[in-house]
Amino acid sequence: MDGSIAPDGTIIDTWTVAGRTFSSRLIVGTGRYKDLEETGRAIEASGAEIVTVAVRRVNLSDAGAPMLQDYVDPKKYTYLPNTAGCFTAKDAVRTLRLAREAGGWNLVKLEVLGPPPLLYPDMQGTFEAAEALIKDGFEVMVYCADDPLAARRLQDMGCVAIMPLGAPIGSGLGLQNPAMIAMMMEHVTVPFLVDAGVGTASDAAIAMELGCDAVLLNSAIAHARDPVLMARAMKAAIEAGRLAFRAGRMPRRMGADPSSPLTGLIR
Amino acid sequence: MHDFVTLTLNGENRVFDGVPDGGLSVAGLLVLTGLDTRKVAVERNEEIVPRSRYAETWLTSGDCLEIVHFIGGG
Repeated sequence: MDGSIAPDGTIIDTWTVAGRTFSSRLIVGTGRYKDLEETGRAIEASGAEIVTVAVRRVNLSDAGAPMLQDYVDPKKYTYLPNTAGCFTAKDAVRTLRLAREAGGWNLVKLEVLGPPPLLYPDMQGTFEAAEALIKDGFEVMVYCADDPLAARRLQDMGCVAIMPLGAPIGSGLGLQNPAMIAMMMEHVTVPFLVDAGVGTASDAAIAMELGCDAVLLNSAIAHARDPVLMARAMKAAIEAGRLAFRAGRMPRRMGADPSSPLTGLIR
Repeated sequence: MHDFVTLTLNGENRVFDGVPDGGLSVAGLLVLTGLDTRKVAVERNEEIVPRSRYAETWLTSGDCLEIVHFIGGG
């Protein structure tokens, strides 16, 4: 165990993906905020060290428009380019090759999606894209179905993190599959994250209590009434869930077990 | 000699005229569009153009270019 509580109360509990070590176990998206200023403040409040970003065409009619990098400093945060909006392996690979050129790094989030309204992971496309990307030198954190066999296969191919959904992207339904998530984890030795589905702080805490290495979320913060406050709540929830996992919960029992002695009572 | 180049740029047909004799390079195109080269990536006919080769990558009419950057996303 690489974590412990120091005499000054500091908790050291890092995790490592593709050779990079992080303290925060919360990865946040940078989409769907009111504006870039709010994006920057919410991410700061979340304490995240990794942020996901999308790759899109520049607006040629407004070349001087503010860019994400002006509000979320790539020197301070690890940018994790995604393939959101890619429905084929080919588009995902093209997108991430562009991302690597724009950013100069290999660590990426792969998602190949099925059609709306579910945007459920297209696992055949995901396998194809993962194979091509790994061959091309990428380090692939992969969004996937809650399928233990698929998870194992993706890991064997060389993916550096397995990231199943807890519920559809942006649904905010919370973890609908805690048992499957727990069972998948048994088959995976690389970092394991819940990606998608978290709606509020307790959902993130549940994922961490199950033993996930980290949680990836976006809408739960961006679509909260007060995104900056929710970002802070998520930070606390991730820490609380992680500590509870490490502490090991008490066994469940059917019936009461009093905390105060039943002897020595006055009569 | 042609002094203009017709490109498909992010899905739109664009004509760049007054192109100097030497032609239009990716570097030249980025200057014309006013983009910060450090924050974008360029694909020409579905092939990445490495930043180090912007100056020596010459464009010809009919080329299809994608110029992208990072935006907020989950």
